[in-house]
Amino acid sequence: MDKTKDERAWFLVLPVLVLVAFSAILPLMTVVNYAFNDTFGNNDFFWVGFEWFEEVLTSERMHEALWRQLLFSGLILAIEIPLGIGVALTLPKRGLKASLCLVLLALPLLIPWNVVGTIWQVFSRIDIGLLGSGLRALGIDFNIGQNPLDAWIVLIVMDVWHWTSLVTLLAYAGLQSIPEAYYQAGRIDQASRWAVFRHIELPKMKGVLLIAVLLRFMDSFMIYTEPFVVTGGGPGSATSFLSIDLVKMAVGQFDLGPAAAFSLMYFLVILLVSWVFYTVMTSLDKAGKEPSE
Amino acid sequence: MARITLSNLAHSYFPHPRGEEDFALKTMDHVWEDGDAYALLGSSGCGKTTLLNIISGLRRPSQGRVLFGETDVTDAPTPARNIAQVFQFPVVYDTMTVRENLAFPLRNRGMKAAYIRARVDQIAAMIGMEAMLDRKARGLTADAKQKISLGRGMVREDVNAILFDEPLTVIDPHMKWELRTQLKQLHREFGHTMIYVTHDQTEALTFADKVVVMYDGRVVQMGTPEELFERPAHTFVGYFIGSPGMNLFEAEVAGPLARIGSHSLPLGADYGRPAGRVQIGIRPEFVQPTDGPGLPVAVTRIEDVGRHRILRATLEGRELSIVLPEGRPLPGPEARVTFRPDRIGVFADDWRLAPRALQRIA
Repeated sequence: MDKTKDERAWFLVLPVLVLVAFSAILPLMTVVNYAFNDTFGNNDFFWVGFEWFEEVLTSERMHEALWRQLLFSGLILAIEIPLGIGVALTLPKRGLKASLCLVLLALPLLIPWNVVGTIWQVFSRIDIGLLGSGLRALGIDFNIGQNPLDAWIVLIVMDVWHWTSLVTLLAYAGLQSIPEAYYQAGRIDQASRWAVFRHIELPKMKGVLLIAVLLRFMDSFMIYTEPFVVTGGGPGSATSFLSIDLVKMAVGQFDLGPAAAFSLMYFLVILLVSWVFYTVMTSLDKAGKEPSE
Repeated sequence: MARITLSNLAHSYFPHPRGEEDFALKTMDHVWEDGDAYALLGSSGCGKTTLLNIISGLRRPSQGRVLFGETDVTDAPTPARNIAQVFQFPVVYDTMTVRENLAFPLRNRGMKAAYIRARVDQIAAMIGMEAMLDRKARGLTADAKQKISLGRGMVREDVNAILFDEPLTVIDPHMKWELRTQLKQLHREFGHTMIYVTHDQTEALTFADKVVVMYDGRVVQMGTPEELFERPAHTFVGYFIGSPGMNLFEAEVAGPLARIGSHSLPLGADYGRPAGRVQIGIRPEFVQPTDGPGLPVAVTRIEDVGRHRILRATLEGRELSIVLPEGRPLPGPEARVTFRPDRIGVFADDWRLAPRALQRIA
């Protein structure tokens, strides 16, 4: 069959190109522009090549922010993933109770991020916060404005409170898709609870868990709103994660060049991590469907 | 190993069953002898799988007891019953190798490594999977996976029984035959009690010593394939077993004679005057075309199935199948047939009647 050829069809793509250009490409190019140029105002730009990138890459401050960021993401993954699976395993499998549990679990996910931040900010205040003043009343020297450790603990507990539900819901969906026959076979084979988890549930949840890890890693890697509201990046710069540091640099100090270079690298890192995850997931899928001899 | 006794057993999926129709399994008392191969045969939804799951302990019966030997196991959980079960869809542990899969039930019971190794090799040889032992189980074909499930079922030497829940449904036809033959051979070799659920009569009749036919939550007959064929206890057994199934006609029975519409025929025994809905049944194998006097039928279709031909006809508006052995001449469209009197069964409300004492014929 002959296909009709008409180059004018390209015009049909035009609206979306215009839209994407204005919403994504042009703003991004502005950032690129700042990353490779310096300016003293009046829209006069000087080409500086990779100077800003070098500055950012070698700056002590950036390294510290990056390590803080990795530590934070690592910690919340290490807590939320096992905890989420654990909660999913204890949920009722069907019936009214199951629906009720799911609704309750979904609640934290529906709260706007700055509201979550505000809740925890107030909660941990040492003058009126239930947590802050309560701990102090018990004689514990708790102060998120002064003790970096306290600030970290509050931020991590907040993130766990906010996002473990997501892991739970994903894991729960994975568990629901396991046919009953597998559990019956497990009982017939006299498998222990641990063996059932290790050999039946975990392998079947692997796909959704990878998605959970990806989502939680990306989200925590880009976290801004909640720490900004709760600690503002402090005390000192103890909770200045990458995004917070970036905003300080761009808006606070108005160092647009380094901030732009930093943004681009930040963006590329996230793109890279997503790509790695995607590749791992698709290759796992293929291994699962590998044809037999 | 042990014999299995079902005592006054019944099961309903409703928490408060109101009447008999709420029961998926109606009250039953049966004994399954140690070391026999049983087939549980019936159409979908008749309660076969429910019964199987009650025996394996995956379900608790709402009423009655299950005994293994002399021990009451009604409330014993599945692992305590030491039973093996093979499911309709192959269940393998994907992340394990074939060897680990076969060893799993033994490892869970804390057997010694040397014993496990030897036993797994033996089972692998039986199911013909020695070459694949160190492959991952994921990605194998459905019949290879089902063989692993079978192997896992047989790897424990001391199981009380091995239960099969339509295990060959997902298997290719030529593999079905092979696996079934293997099962039969394994049964002969090891003498485990085997219970095999199926809705395929060929599978049931070739596998089992005793076939248990279920219908509507009830065991309607338990017997050898021969008994089911020759003396079906229920009309369901009559038309479910045999290909084609038994011909059944509404009839009036009076003593040794039956009337179908305006025709009467001899029954070979005296059945008195049975009450209820009366039917007579005759297997297509025992309906013979005749040149002499007989029942007039209209032949509508002839099917040649190789070994013999099947005539489809109507008698008094009811369908009638006739099996015509190879070499017999075909009757014309208006034929006459006779029923062999000693092969006619009389059923009242679907249950087979025993003839009265034989003195009137003698």
